[in-house]
Amino acid sequence: MRKMIFNNKDLPSLFEEEPEKAEIWWVETARMFYSNKAAVVGLSGLLIIVFVGLFGPIFFKGDPFAIMQAPFTKPGHLTALGTDYLGRDVFTCLIYGTRPTLAIGLIATAVTVLIGISIGAIAGFYGGTLDNLLMRFTEFFQVLPPLVFAMVIVAVFTPNFVTVVFAIGVTTWTSLARLTRAEFLKIKEREFVMAARAVGANKYRLILRVLLPNALPPLIVAITLRIGMTIITEAALSFLGLTDPDIMTWGKMIGLSRDFFFEAWWTVTFPGLAILITALCIALIGDGLNDALNPKLRGR
Amino acid sequence: MSSVFVQRIIYGIVLVLAVIILNFMLIQAAPGDVVDVIVTEAGGGNPVIVDQIRTAYGLDKPIYVQLFKYLVKMLTGDLGYSYYYDKSVLSLLLSHLPSTLMLALAALIIAVFIGTLLGVVAALHPQGISSHLVTVFSLLGYATPVFWLGMMILLLFSLYIPLFPAFGIRSIPVPETALARTLDVIHHLILPIFTLSILFLASYSRVGRASMLDVLGSDYIRTARAKGLSEIVVIFKHALKNAALPIVTLAGLQLGYIFSGAVLVETVFSLPGVGPLLYESIMRRDYPVMLGVLFGAAVTTIIANILTDLSYRLLDPRIRGIS
Repeated sequence: MRKMIFNNKDLPSLFEEEPEKAEIWWVETARMFYSNKAAVVGLSGLLIIVFVGLFGPIFFKGDPFAIMQAPFTKPGHLTALGTDYLGRDVFTCLIYGTRPTLAIGLIATAVTVLIGISIGAIAGFYGGTLDNLLMRFTEFFQVLPPLVFAMVIVAVFTPNFVTVVFAIGVTTWTSLARLTRAEFLKIKEREFVMAARAVGANKYRLILRVLLPNALPPLIVAITLRIGMTIITEAALSFLGLTDPDIMTWGKMIGLSRDFFFEAWWTVTFPGLAILITALCIALIGDGLNDALNPKLRGR
Repeated sequence: MSSVFVQRIIYGIVLVLAVIILNFMLIQAAPGDVVDVIVTEAGGGNPVIVDQIRTAYGLDKPIYVQLFKYLVKMLTGDLGYSYYYDKSVLSLLLSHLPSTLMLALAALIIAVFIGTLLGVVAALHPQGISSHLVTVFSLLGYATPVFWLGMMILLLFSLYIPLFPAFGIRSIPVPETALARTLDVIHHLILPIFTLSILFLASYSRVGRASMLDVLGSDYIRTARAKGLSEIVVIFKHALKNAALPIVTLAGLQLGYIFSGAVLVETVFSLPGVGPLLYESIMRRDYPVMLGVLFGAAVTTIIANILTDLSYRLLDPRIRGIS
């Protein structure tokens, strides 16, 4: 039985990180991030896309499901980016598709992160049998092709916002779990963790306040990149028709026009470019964060 | 070596059992059961008869009995029956899986080979154009949805510059001679393989570059150079072996992603593989086929994992003794 020396709430933050030092670290990281031109371009691009997602539908009134012009109207002719086989306006769909695409990307990534970090953290912290079991569990999920598994989950339950988010979250957490576990194993034996243990910090405090913050740098990069991959996975599911029937997403636009794209290239090219540019911005941010957070690995 | 092999096989069997249990859980979680489907298709039915059918299917038994029966059924190769195709799921899988595996394998081999090569070239000029190209290329590879890339490639090389056929795996009419038939299939497969391999190639080239840079900085390479070996021998005989290991590891970890990519590419190019089978079964709510595909994909990955693991042990003498 372990005797508590004092209440965990009163623990000095000494063993986690000195406040001033932490502040300097963040400022330094931000400075390095902003000195990276590509990363700044990525961040600006993503901010613009988020802005369109948040405010586009407010400034630009329209209905993505409404028939606006004759089917297969060419871009620049009556419409900015043309219409699809039913006459739906591609530009309107793009604007209105931004918010759901980003929302699913973010929320599904949050689910992935929650599952991945929890499992990785518990496995890395406790070690032994529990670690062994959790890693076998992770390997089991790695055996299931993520998209195929997600497709089956969405199809078994009805396709809607929640099932899509759930399906992506459940199928894509394995790499984050492995990364978290590896980081925890690396940090666990370091002096400041021993010190925190020695003064009687409890498990939750050790995991959440001592180990996790110190494992964050590589995790932040992985999570950022995961958002882009989630957007692409969501697009693939939407493309296959496995999505909420009431919302328009970029992937769904491509899927709806997949039988007609030889007649109308614009119906699939523009939404695809939107996905590509968004994911590219996220990748640039991820690269910038990687350089800023892990200076030793610069350029990798 | 043989004990490791046995261990891996046993672990593989445990994983297969786990996949079957997962399938069972998915069936249980799905709204409605088999009988509901039959009754709906028949347009309603007498509740007494519905209960009789439930008893006939064993659906009135406790859940662990049902699970046990399901396990036995799946393990004896009875993966269910598709009423739409009027075939057993197993025979559907056996006729559709091989072409998907061929596509995935071809793309994987090309991606690993060319990706490593690109990585090597880039690592030799860390500040050169090739290095920057690898960076840009890998960013694009990360950001491009594979199904959209397939469509763009189709527009470009099939519609605007009609070099390749757009859909399917054979021309109609089918060519007469065996050679012409083979060439025809290859002609149809070039674009799909290109689409799938280029995205994985992009990420491998980056990993290849990083690991090559690592290896080139190590002592044994300095020794090799110091004893006067030519640069070609140093790189391709000494450095490449170690630099390729992270790529093999990554490729092994990504088998599931490659399979997923192949499914999407098949759907875009209308190839007769698991992709269209899965898509059609989802559209028709054909649960046995859907779950059969998930099962088949998982079993394939399990076998591939065992093979990768064993070949890795052969490649890398350092881990040969470790179980």
